[in-house]
Amino acid sequence: MLGYYFELALRSLRRNVVLTALMIGAVGVGIGTSMTALTALRSMSADPIPDKSARLFTPQLDAWGPQSARPDQGANGDRLPIGFTYRDAVALMQAHRAPRQAVMYPVGMDVRPARSRPFQAEGRATSADFFPMFEVPFASGAPWGQKEDDDRESVAVLGAKLAARAFPQGDAVGKTLNLGGRDYRVLGVLKPWAPLPRFYDPNSGAYSEGEGFLIPFSTAIARQITVVGYENCAEVPTGGWEAHLNSSCVWIEFWAELPTAAQVRDFRTWLHDYAAEQRQLGRFHWPPRVDLHDVVDWLVYNKVVPGAVRAISLVADSFLVVCLLNAVGVMLARFASRGKEFGLRRALGASRRNVFLQCVTESATIGLLGGLLGLALTALGLTGLRSLLGVTDPTSAVHQLVSLDSGMVLITLVVAVAATVCAGLYPTLRASRVQPAWQLKVQ
Amino acid sequence: MDILPILRALMRNKTGALLIGLQIALTIAMLCNSLSIIEQLGQRMRQPAGIDEANIFVLSTAFVDDPPDLKARLLGDLAALRSLPGVIDADTAITLPLGGNSYGEGVSLKPDQRYPTAVGNLYFDTDHGLATYGLKLTAGRWFHADEVIDLRFYENRYPASIVVTQELARALFPAGNALGQQVWLTPTQSSRIIGVVATVAAPGGGKSQSMYLPEMPINKGATYVVRTKPGTQAAVMRAAQDRLFELANQRVIQNLVPFTEIRARTFQLDRVVSIVLTTVCALLLAVTACGIVGLTMYWVAQRRPQIGVRRALGARRIDVLAYFHTENLLIAGAGAVLGIGLGMAVNVQLAKNLELTRVSVAYVCAGALVVLVLCQAAVLWPALRAASIPPAVAARAQ
Repeated sequence: MLGYYFELALRSLRRNVVLTALMIGAVGVGIGTSMTALTALRSMSADPIPDKSARLFTPQLDAWGPQSARPDQGANGDRLPIGFTYRDAVALMQAHRAPRQAVMYPVGMDVRPARSRPFQAEGRATSADFFPMFEVPFASGAPWGQKEDDDRESVAVLGAKLAARAFPQGDAVGKTLNLGGRDYRVLGVLKPWAPLPRFYDPNSGAYSEGEGFLIPFSTAIARQITVVGYENCAEVPTGGWEAHLNSSCVWIEFWAELPTAAQVRDFRTWLHDYAAEQRQLGRFHWPPRVDLHDVVDWLVYNKVVPGAVRAISLVADSFLVVCLLNAVGVMLARFASRGKEFGLRRALGASRRNVFLQCVTESATIGLLGGLLGLALTALGLTGLRSLLGVTDPTSAVHQLVSLDSGMVLITLVVAVAATVCAGLYPTLRASRVQPAWQLKVQ
Repeated sequence: MDILPILRALMRNKTGALLIGLQIALTIAMLCNSLSIIEQLGQRMRQPAGIDEANIFVLSTAFVDDPPDLKARLLGDLAALRSLPGVIDADTAITLPLGGNSYGEGVSLKPDQRYPTAVGNLYFDTDHGLATYGLKLTAGRWFHADEVIDLRFYENRYPASIVVTQELARALFPAGNALGQQVWLTPTQSSRIIGVVATVAAPGGGKSQSMYLPEMPINKGATYVVRTKPGTQAAVMRAAQDRLFELANQRVIQNLVPFTEIRARTFQLDRVVSIVLTTVCALLLAVTACGIVGLTMYWVAQRRPQIGVRRALGARRIDVLAYFHTENLLIAGAGAVLGIGLGMAVNVQLAKNLELTRVSVAYVCAGALVVLVLCQAAVLWPALRAASIPPAVAARAQ
């Protein structure tokens, strides 16, 4: 029966080409626009580590006190500092209140490959748990462990791109690479990996490409490798590296994996106690103020997605609504003008249900055709968006995100059909209520 | 034209009118909010950098061999750049107007102030800064060579003399007497304002409250800013790279770009957002117009017999035309009233949640007017078709 309705739908769509084109066009343009915007928004605000984001936490600690009104602390200093001083970061690591935890800061170094010109690269100094905690995928080799951290070893893990550039002839694992004038033993090479937004350090470029290299935090501190990225100082330190380490400058990110609610609670309590202890020791002269954010919360707190981008997605969604209203109007017109046809079918024995099903099939057909058009428009829109964003490298992480994947294709079609059927429900109901006798009498 | 019969006819066909009205309301609400966002982004993107934008280029370099005589090397680089034909002047920099990096510092009028009076962006320059950027002094003077101090990582000192933008000068001293005043960047270090320059854009394009510090960064990685005579930029950019490699081969040179590129990078997202919004607005208007054409066509078809009767009873073509235009104006007008209200409501939310400024009522009304005119234009074609229905239809129909 459905096949027959489908055939009827196609036949009726052919009958009034202008109205059909209007409807399919409206649905298609609406779907295309909102899906393009959705994909773009998803690429900017998506949960970068969905299966773990609720278990990963970054704390905040008031290391400056309410007196200091720094540029990013809000007008009255009501925002806590973002990031940690070296002292507090070390204290957090030593307390080890989480099953997995890592400190990190962004660094920039010159890479001196054996056979080609040196180049600058950005990377990160971090500790061993970074890799399992953030589920960093390895192409070859393995991360370093606690021992390398403790011994401040000269080891490195390379990002896929940097490895390919520095070792064009093949596998880098086991070889040495000169970073900033020192040799590092390459322990592993990552698969292309760049969580977008870069949740663990959104203030040093939330939409940067992945890390070029990773080296142990302890090694970087010992070698006095400076932070290249977000840093904020309540008082500017003078007196070199040691003074910097002892200063109130915040520049180190700390993340912990806390799988259970009890662990989260314990961590918060410990953090509060730590701040209270620092006050007793005379380092802080203010009551403890601490906070704890999970991944999604942290992205919101740092206002990672620009307001204008969120406005776009709002506009695109309302646009879909307008397009659907449009489709409802035109469908109403279609079905209403075919009162005769439905009256005749009812008079010949078709039940209301039959007429209803016929109309729903027709709506769904329009939705499907509109969805296919929308899909083409989404692909077109995304291509345009990519060229606007200047993303030409098809292997880059942004390119992957601003692309249609099979999931998006399916969502697009389902949304198109569902939205059109919903939009067509009222016109369909009205059409199926046609009184056979009345319609025939009009003739 | 009698409105009452049109209203009565509309009441008998509520659904269609309601759909169109809602659609128009949504269109207006979206249109005026989008336009207001586009306008705000445009203002941001068009802001002048306050420097000689067309003739400045930038490059980053890093020595890879840890030279012990780092400062001499940097000074050598700068001297070499300044001696290239076509170069007006060159200087080192860390932050740039409309650039990506930024440093900020609070400025207080007293050493023991609880909150700083104003927060200023920091630019680090030498005695060559004024000529390199083409800044305009509005009061006082620029730095002398002997005022420039070295800036090393974690050895921060603040200089005895600073130059501020007129915006920072006003924020600190609203009375306009900033020149010669003493300010505190930290509770222990005071500086004197020796000059005031005209508006210079902030890094990233924020508030233009900035200060110039006579500090030369002594660092393995350096950024050089070069200003050239008009028309020589491309040639100098090539020559600069060659000259620097001649001086030292063991170095990395990257990000050799004209200033226009830095501006484009900073505003890339703003540009993308405004293009996308403009496209969506154009599509929105097109879809709304098509919807009106479609539904009016249907109404015309449905009322063929009635139109025929009216024509037979003496209505002129212009009367039929006027009927459909008035009907559309009634629906669209009701939709517009709803749309203006909705648009303002949405705007309040947008302003609150997305840090956008509020749209003016005039903007919303202008948006509504545009949509109303578009609706009238859209209804013209179906109405003309209606007007061409011959009176004889009346006789045939029943």
